[in-house]
Amino acid sequence: MATAERERSTVAEAVALGLTAEEFERICALHGRVPNRLELGIYSLLWSEHCSYKHSRRLLSLLPTIGENLVAGVGENAGVVRLGRDLYCAFKVESHNHPSAVEPFEGAATGVGGILRDIVAVGARPVAVLDLLRFGDPASPRSRYLLDGAVRGIAHYGNSVGVPTVGGELYFDPGYEQNCLVNVLAVGLIEGRPPASSAAKGVGNLLYLFGARTGRDGIGGASVLASAALEEDGQSMRPSVQVSDPFEGNKLIDCLLDLLEQGLAVAVQDLGAAGLSSACAEMAAKGGVGLALELDRVPLREELAPFEIMLSESQERFAAIVSPDKAPAVEALCARHEVLATQLGEVIEEPVLLLRSHGEVVGEVPVGALVEGAGRYRLKARRPAASSEQGALPSGTAQELVVRLLGSPNIASREPVFGQYDWAVQGRTVVGPAGGDGALLALPDGRGLAVTLDGPGPLAGEAPREAAVATVLEAAANLAVRGATPVGLTNNLNFADPEQPEVAWQLAEAVRGLAEGCRALGIPVVGGNVSLYNASPAGPIPPTPVVGMVGVAKQLRPTAAAFPGPGLKLALFGPFHPSLRGSELERLVGVRLAGGVELPNLARAREAIEAVAELVCSGGIFAHDLSRGGLAVALARCAASGIGATVSLSGLADLAAQAGEGELGWWSVLFGEGQTGFLVGGEPQQLEELACFGPLWPLGETGGERLVVAGEGAGERFAVDLPIGELAEALGRLAGLFD
Amino acid sequence: MRFGVVRFPGSCDERDTARALSQFGEVRVLWHTERDLEGLDAVVLPGGFSYGDYLRPGALARFAPVMEAVCALAADGLLVLGICNGFQVLCEAGLLPGALLLNASRRFQCAEVELEVENRELPFTCACPERITLLAKHRCGRYYLPEDRLQELQRQGRVVLRYALGERFNGSVVGVAGVANERGNVFGLMPHPEHSVGVGGRSADGLFIFRSLVQALEGNGGDG
Repeated sequence: MATAERERSTVAEAVALGLTAEEFERICALHGRVPNRLELGIYSLLWSEHCSYKHSRRLLSLLPTIGENLVAGVGENAGVVRLGRDLYCAFKVESHNHPSAVEPFEGAATGVGGILRDIVAVGARPVAVLDLLRFGDPASPRSRYLLDGAVRGIAHYGNSVGVPTVGGELYFDPGYEQNCLVNVLAVGLIEGRPPASSAAKGVGNLLYLFGARTGRDGIGGASVLASAALEEDGQSMRPSVQVSDPFEGNKLIDCLLDLLEQGLAVAVQDLGAAGLSSACAEMAAKGGVGLALELDRVPLREELAPFEIMLSESQERFAAIVSPDKAPAVEALCARHEVLATQLGEVIEEPVLLLRSHGEVVGEVPVGALVEGAGRYRLKARRPAASSEQGALPSGTAQELVVRLLGSPNIASREPVFGQYDWAVQGRTVVGPAGGDGALLALPDGRGLAVTLDGPGPLAGEAPREAAVATVLEAAANLAVRGATPVGLTNNLNFADPEQPEVAWQLAEAVRGLAEGCRALGIPVVGGNVSLYNASPAGPIPPTPVVGMVGVAKQLRPTAAAFPGPGLKLALFGPFHPSLRGSELERLVGVRLAGGVELPNLARAREAIEAVAELVCSGGIFAHDLSRGGLAVALARCAASGIGATVSLSGLADLAAQAGEGELGWWSVLFGEGQTGFLVGGEPQQLEELACFGPLWPLGETGGERLVVAGEGAGERFAVDLPIGELAEALGRLAGLFD
Repeated sequence: MRFGVVRFPGSCDERDTARALSQFGEVRVLWHTERDLEGLDAVVLPGGFSYGDYLRPGALARFAPVMEAVCALAADGLLVLGICNGFQVLCEAGLLPGALLLNASRRFQCAEVELEVENRELPFTCACPERITLLAKHRCGRYYLPEDRLQELQRQGRVVLRYALGERFNGSVVGVAGVANERGNVFGLMPHPEHSVGVGGRSADGLFIFRSLVQALEGNGGDG
């Protein structure tokens, strides 16, 4: 046996494992003695940023976490919201940024697998996955390699495990060139029974380990890979990336759900970051008990020391607490599913993890010190200096710019990506990724479950609070166009090193913005994830607070970002303040454009969002959320599917005047971006009804085979007249992305 | 009408198949270890990734105990429908000719595709119009059979379904999307009728396939 378990550890070893000298001192004090190397290894994982949230916990307490239908929230494996009698929705977003930047295929695949197990651990059958992907320059070989690997990895796991990938986001910005983002939202349903617990209870109950054998992969994933910035030589970290096995994952999910269905487990917990160490510590802490483990019983792929067994992040594993009388039934069920089940130990009264190997005690760690002992650091925040650069106006014509925008990387059709995902399996997908905005799934009771995953635009660095509020509003608008009202939010905070004062300021501001957005909509944060140290020698990533949101629609309306028929009156609706600053047009022309960071009045935004949801549901109006590229791109996207429109700018003079003087106003109306602006279509009386809930500007009518925007009142350079075939062709320009 | 839907470890679409078929009759989900298929009028091998597609798609599933029974009963005329991975299993089991290779794109492809129904006299297609639209989703769906055997198959009317796009969809030789055995009681296709049942306003043409089965079974007393 390795001597790691007998030898006292040293400060140098602690530092090598990612802890500080002060933390080592505190560990010794809480532990009651100098820990041995096995024990220190466990501390290093559970006290890592990834597991302990030591830099973000204080901030996260600002988020509203109470809601009338919230059943399980922050701190659980996944948030759970009640949708109806005996029907619950579990959802959670998590990042796998660093693993994907090092090994994109397995990094993204295990990202999907890991978050699926999180929602299975609360007893939910996974019904949907959404991915938010952010890469650098789409023309660079590195970005193409990362994008190709990540998309194949998501397809590999999601498709094979039988869970549809129904939406998400693909976004390019040079700031993600080295450190790409892969955030995955998993959504599940629990029917006919309450959510499962992860609290170990009942002294004498048995601890079982299910699923794959344990190997050397992913050792140190949480501490090394997830809790430090990427270094130049990312390749040397490849052994820290786990390896996926969706076949094992598929069997395991079915087995676990059957186990819960039959009431055979007291508690279940997936093995994710920090593997067995974290799973056991969490279960014991929640139940206020301890766990005794016989490490030599862990089924291994290769010979491992106890240290490696406790730290391995091998995928496709679950732990469960089972009462001894149920053990035979559990083992029979696992045999039927061809899932390996191993009785690993038992629940003990003393709140410690007691680790034995071949009858010898190799480690004993107090659970409280592990789970609650890591500090909560106060961040030193400093606002970065604001730029005083003056903005310019675009040159050219609206017609030329809209065609170029449609084919630009952040706007063009995502079909080349989602065409690689199975978005239909399970038969619930009413609106999939082709629909734009949010996805819509059929619930067993006939209602709809709308889901979306959104990230901020490029101004999140200079205005993180506004960007976070905007992301929350954007998500709610994406649900509203599917007829859904939000029931809860989960978030993933992707930031750089929080010990840098400017990053700390951005993080704090973004959390405040999320809280503000949630309060405005009256929804709770049901849980989330924090991914820090997203930086490389090239610099930090743009701060990226990501929002996953789930909502319920009373009726199922299969709509999409496409005009549904000719003869519909079109209008722009909502308290919309378009600005060119930070827009895709600004990215396209490559110079800073005029305009400020604008947010709508939040109460009015909520009113408009709720009105759209209501009228989509009850009246069947058409609605599309104005997003990247503004009104011009929204019109072009909806026309590109086959039914054109004739629109006049003459009714928008007051909106243009609000947005800026002269040309600036008109450029902003057409290409400006902002929150809570909807392109809506319907019968005249439906639009009149909508006008009771917010500002409404008539635009024109659908029909024909061209998109015509008459420049009346604005000037000829703002006029557009294009055949829809040309719009569709422009939107299809990403088709060669994977060649 | 009694349908059996086999569930292998790694199957994904067995629930959707069972749900679609339940509009037409009684459905029993068969565990891969079962050998007793008594009383079933038709057996469906569903889509998914049986045994993780390890080795080759379908290569391991053909050895599952349930397949012994399926092969024996197919020889007696039982109707057997293989969808996607089920088609791959039938080819590996030797119940259908040919092989399904990695798509020409080398990627998973998921899209609604238009199909030409080349033979509308089989128990699986007798209620189909000339063209149907089904969802296709697979990574290994490029049908291959040597030229001479393919011509023979075409002469016998056993190339049942072809992609309207021809070879352009996934690289299948002459655009083959589904083939039948000589007797006409075993049929495999890559597209998914169970996912084309009208959800979200999409095609409901998958029902033509299931309705054909029912019509054929009712027409001849259900003994195939």
